[in-house]
Amino acid sequence: MGLTRGWRSALTGAAAALVALAAIVAALGPALTSIPIDVLRLVVGGLLLVFGLQWLRKAILRASGWRAQRDEDSVFARETAAARTAGKEEKAGLDWYGFTVSFKGVLLEGLEVAFIVLTFGSTQGSIPLAAAGAAAAVVLVVVAGVVVRGPLSRVPENTLAFAVGVMLTTFGTFWGAEGAGVDWPGGDAAILGVLAFILLISLAFVGALQARRPVTA
Amino acid sequence: MKWLQRFVRFWWDFVVGDDWRVAAGIVLALGLTALLATTDVPAWWFMPLAVAAVLGLSLVRAARSVARR
Repeated sequence: MGLTRGWRSALTGAAAALVALAAIVAALGPALTSIPIDVLRLVVGGLLLVFGLQWLRKAILRASGWRAQRDEDSVFARETAAARTAGKEEKAGLDWYGFTVSFKGVLLEGLEVAFIVLTFGSTQGSIPLAAAGAAAAVVLVVVAGVVVRGPLSRVPENTLAFAVGVMLTTFGTFWGAEGAGVDWPGGDAAILGVLAFILLISLAFVGALQARRPVTA
Repeated sequence: MKWLQRFVRFWWDFVVGDDWRVAAGIVLALGLTALLATTDVPAWWFMPLAVAAVLGLSLVRAARSVARR
């Protein structure tokens, strides 16, 4: 958006989304800690599972050739062309297209991160620690971006999506079942067993789908 | 009413995503796990198997829909 519609509107949109995200986190954070832990784990586990399985499903379909790999270069070209040809409407001195697209993009991606931080933090009793983990990840991504200085197309996006899907599905399975009243053998250590199981079945699905891949895919 | 429709649509897309059956399967699996946990039978094994089944069925459906095109 900055490159095509101007940085002022794009950065204002991103900043407005960050303020909205901060307000959502500030409102939801304390509210979450007052919910009984089993109810919280059941709901959080269910949501993590739904999110995780969406990620994992797409990553497995892409890895096995049943869905096209995301081509960042062509996505960038398509989005740039769309931004250049979109009409110009000014509101409050800002290019409204640039503002709203930046706002929506940052808010949507940020909501997912905020949800993961809040739920992991509240179910394990430390939202600040989970927030610190997310902040460390942001720093790591920025440092990696500066060091690599490469386009997004060089990032192994599907591998990352696969890993995130496996992790979210693992924690979702563990907490969801715990919230439903399950006692895991070995307590928290059972997460490692669930992780191994989800990873193995996901790799097995990739292998099985690869073997049946259509010639044209 | 349009903003309400858009609001509901946004949350539906955000939470449920591409395949509503996955979300429905997870709700069903959690309910069955809760029922199993009230019995004397150990319930810990059920959720991982249910997750594998929900994922597998969703993948098969997606692959079939691609193959049909």
